[in-house]
Amino acid sequence: MHLDHSHDGPAAVSADAHRPDGTRRALRIGLGGPVGSGKTATVAALCRALRDELSLAVVTNDIYTREDAEFLLREAVLPPERITAVETGACPHTAIRDDISANLEAVEDLEDEVGPLDLILVESGGDNLTATFSRGLVDAQVFVIDVAGGDDIPRKGGPGVTTADLLVINKTDLAPHVGSDLARMAADAKAQRAELPVVLQSLRSEDGVRQVADWVRAQLTAWTA
Amino acid sequence: MTRAALLVLADGRFPAGGHAHSGGAEAAVKAGRITGAASLEDFCRGRLYTTGLVSASLAAAAALGADPVALDEAADARTPSPALRVAARRLGRQLMRAARAAWPHPELDALARRFPKGAHQPVVLGLAARAAGLGAADAAYCSAYESVSGPATATVRLLSLDPFDATAGLARLADDIDRVASEAAEAAARAVTDGVDALPAASAPLLEVGAEAHAAWAVRLFAS
Ligand SMILES: Nc1nc2c(ncn2[C@@H]2O[C@H](COP(=O)(O)OP(=O)(O)OP(=O)(O)O)[C@@H](O)[C@H]2O)c(=O)[nH]1
Ligand SMILES: [Mg+2]
Repeated sequence: MHLDHSHDGPAAVSADAHRPDGTRRALRIGLGGPVGSGKTATVAALCRALRDELSLAVVTNDIYTREDAEFLLREAVLPPERITAVETGACPHTAIRDDISANLEAVEDLEDEVGPLDLILVESGGDNLTATFSRGLVDAQVFVIDVAGGDDIPRKGGPGVTTADLLVINKTDLAPHVGSDLARMAADAKAQRAELPVVLQSLRSEDGVRQVADWVRAQLTAWTA
Repeated sequence: MTRAALLVLADGRFPAGGHAHSGGAEAAVKAGRITGAASLEDFCRGRLYTTGLVSASLAAAAALGADPVALDEAADARTPSPALRVAARRLGRQLMRAARAAWPHPELDALARRFPKGAHQPVVLGLAARAAGLGAADAAYCSAYESVSGPATATVRLLSLDPFDATAGLARLADDIDRVASEAAEAAARAVTDGVDALPAASAPLLEVGAEAHAAWAVRLFAS
């Protein structure tokens, strides 16, 4: 059969910076990391920090519930139509890396239904240290670990810790209680990541998400430049 | 014609969203109908000769160039459960993205434009096979095999089943898959001349009922 390589119409490509109508699509930032490290809390804090200056939306990837989406709805960080939950079939990293189709559908639907959007945050289901986002799904990714998961995680490295565009070491307020050495975590992270940035934060403190919010603003400036 | 394209299309890792769906296995596990390798094989055989046959026929007819809009309506008519229709269209939309990236083709573009939220997955599968230069029998095989491989991999996760047992069960279904694929290809050829009513309409009521219940669960591992 004759193969014609011209193609058009909706949603042919994933990472394409433009939408079918020619406008620039929203910047997509992924947040991944182990279970309970503070991904949803960071997403919620980012929404509160950025929602007055940006048009934004969130995709959550819950493993077997809709709890993350429901938390964000309950906290009313965004209007409900700006929050979408994707079901991942027991395999959170597959949905953000190997087979990103359901997540792409979610981001495209959000742009169609509540757009134009400046920013879409995609939260991965809690996973292991090797889970990273496909470049076909997100433009930049944040890996969130916490001090309570053990202060040797930065030293252990792994794709999330070493390659994410931003590493967040969360829950610094808990360090004294769990015996984690923050200086050591910061030094190990630096050693693993060379020039890539690291943020230590506590979302229990006033404006705790400020550094991550500033990083997001910088990504957005670069994206729209 | 490039037969190797069939391997790409039928690969369980082809990024078309299937990994998040259990093909009814999650509901059947919960209901106690799948409890191990033997009952999984029975479940798969039942699914193969019912929805598997219907899907394979739709896919084969699309591969032959039958009108995809008429096939999509035929798929709706053969899918009583609204939850299953939603799942089929979602999977069709996801497959469409992967197919257009793999085998760009104006007929895929046209179907994507006609159904921006997705046509039934078997119809998209058949058209993808066509775009890849494959034939009706290839499309039927691919669809028939998917109808059993999906539940099998899902059950490995749901029951922590020994993956070798699950795979051996799939291998034992090979003759059945042959039979269903050839029956589907014949029906598709008839449908091209006689219209979509010539396609089989076998159904599995428990799959339909189970899908409706499953869609209402608050906690589940799979989307369908
Ligand atoms: N003390 C302290 N607790 C925090 C901080 N950030 C988040 N938490 C708490 O940690 C728990 C888990 O946070 P989530 O944001 O749900 O974590 P998550 O990474 O989204 O978890 P999963 O999606 O289940 O993987 C919640 O009880 C949060 O309130 C922090 O900076 N300090
Ligand atoms: Mg979360």
